[in-house]
Amino acid sequence: MSNYSEESILNYLGPYKDEASAILRSLQLVQELLGYVPDSAIDLIAKNSNVSRAEVYGVFTFYSDFRSTPPAQVVVKVCVAEACQASGNAELISQLHGQGYDIHSGKIKDDIQMEQTFCLGNCALGPAAMVNGKPIGRATSTSILKAALELTS
Amino acid sequence: MIKVFVPLDSAALSMGADEVAVAIVQCAASQGLDVTLIRTGSRGMLWLEPLVEVETSSGRIGFANISTEAVPELIKSGALETGSHKSSIGLVEEHDFFKNQNRVTFARVGVIDPLSISDYESHGGLVGLRKAIEMTATDVVSEVTASGLRGRGGAGFPAGIKWQTVLNTESDQKYICCNADEGDSGTFADRMLMEGDPFTLIEGMIISGIAVGATQGLIYVRSEYPHAIDILNRAIAIANEYGLLGSNVLGSKAAFALEVRVGAGSYVCGEETAMLESLEGKRGMVRAKPPIPALVGLFGKPTVINNVMTLSAVPMILAQGAAAYQALGHERSRGTQVFQLAGNIKRGGVVELAFGITLGELVDTYGGGTNSGKPVKTVQIGGPLGAYLGTESWDVAMAYESLAQAGGMLGHGGIVVFDNTANMAKQARFAMEFCAEESCGKCTPCRIGSTRGVEVIDRIVAGEDQEKNLELLEDLCEVMTDGSLCAMGGLTPMPVRSALKLFPADFGIKTGAKL
Repeated sequence: MSNYSEESILNYLGPYKDEASAILRSLQLVQELLGYVPDSAIDLIAKNSNVSRAEVYGVFTFYSDFRSTPPAQVVVKVCVAEACQASGNAELISQLHGQGYDIHSGKIKDDIQMEQTFCLGNCALGPAAMVNGKPIGRATSTSILKAALELTS
Repeated sequence: MIKVFVPLDSAALSMGADEVAVAIVQCAASQGLDVTLIRTGSRGMLWLEPLVEVETSSGRIGFANISTEAVPELIKSGALETGSHKSSIGLVEEHDFFKNQNRVTFARVGVIDPLSISDYESHGGLVGLRKAIEMTATDVVSEVTASGLRGRGGAGFPAGIKWQTVLNTESDQKYICCNADEGDSGTFADRMLMEGDPFTLIEGMIISGIAVGATQGLIYVRSEYPHAIDILNRAIAIANEYGLLGSNVLGSKAAFALEVRVGAGSYVCGEETAMLESLEGKRGMVRAKPPIPALVGLFGKPTVINNVMTLSAVPMILAQGAAAYQALGHERSRGTQVFQLAGNIKRGGVVELAFGITLGELVDTYGGGTNSGKPVKTVQIGGPLGAYLGTESWDVAMAYESLAQAGGMLGHGGIVVFDNTANMAKQARFAMEFCAEESCGKCTPCRIGSTRGVEVIDRIVAGEDQEKNLELLEDLCEVMTDGSLCAMGGLTPMPVRSALKLFPADFGIKTGAKL
């Protein structure tokens, strides 16, 4: 939370304080702001929404989008669901693995992090991937790495 | 002035449509060509993307698979003026994939600028809503009931009956929740509609609000759909400014506010009660039913929960009358279904037709078989919880009851095609694995059963005590089917059992073994 003080985060979350669905929204806002949800933010959200830390932590751990550590500069999501399996994503995943990118561990290499996802809604043009939000159809390990490397400075 | 259309649908973007759009504008300018670029949704002929269209006196002509590198030559050749080019597919609406479709819900997708309310109106938009405003709530509900519209999310529950329940329930606040958590692999119709024609969904939700007396709507969209979220938010802002949303819908006494809520990467939140929990900001834990959400829904209030496709069918039903919708379809499945062809398919995309087309026609005639050119081994219909069917089911009519009779499930209408290299033991294992990963954990059959399922399948494939383990797997499937709280655990056995039944050899089971 280097660039943000507790106060600035509380100010940011302020408008959502009384919202009935505050916990999930607050977590999403913190992640939008910081790229991840540091442990200290869990306490802040609990305090702000007047709920227990356990409740916030429970929501945080339920959803796979939330991260507890900062993401790499480039995040690649690789679809592992059925339609992309049928389009031969296994080869692509093993090629990426061979180059040091493991979609299962999400380990960061050269500021690139690859993660598995279940369906990006591009099931007719699989294998599908998304590089920092940019969709890639008929993906190959080459096209994914090209798009990712263009974004690393 | 030449009107050029380039899709902004994320499937088209995945093939470079944004870059192509930029190249066309730049190239046309350098050639001194007066070009107006219009971004549309996609026609749903996804294997042709990026599909660039140009307006001519006889209709819109398409140029298929245009890359940025091809743009200078395309423009220099005069294709934008003449319509002829080696990449031309001729008139888009005369394409054999397109011309026999019955585009009702998708009538405007790929045609209009999704963020132009005037485009929307000039293509038949808002007619249904204007009628609904003049009608009594009961009459609106009756119209939807009479149309025979059933929930397109998968369960197929009659929409009118759900709405009637909410209408009949007294409450100071009611909600319309649109389920746009389209997590099933092989389905993308919701996304395409939200990106290509968001006002249809917005109009459908307002009509639903008028029908049941709800003034607040929420659209729950999965976070994997950033483009759909962006377009919906922009469309809602436009609708607010236009007076389509707000305290006086189109100048009437009806009020309707609408908001987008974004999911956070959880498949089970597509289950309606888990979605409600998520909308309340909590863990997406499935609720026990009863009480049904129509009585006790979001924040304990009566709530209509319908899928994007269900709500988007409503404007047309009001505009053209229940009878027009009811006239389409097959047996008890009325209206059209937006089928989605996905996976290993040559011509993947969207086919909207009245219920009743056969599975084989969809996969072979529309889809053109596999993309790999190898024979089709199986298709999975209705997402990760749907059954696998083989080519012997090619004659099955695609409708709720007939598919169920064939051991399948329509689900959200997605069809994932696999060629003969697929290993069905692997697919069955994945079904259990997926369930273990995405289970909310509330009920034991789903939470524990899925993990045990992976282990038992592994033992069967390893040839360990096969007969005993097959019996165990069958027991496990039975407990999951009968004992799970929701469809996640309850339907996971469907792909497992069907894969085992159709392709026992893939599990290393000797022919003649008792299944």
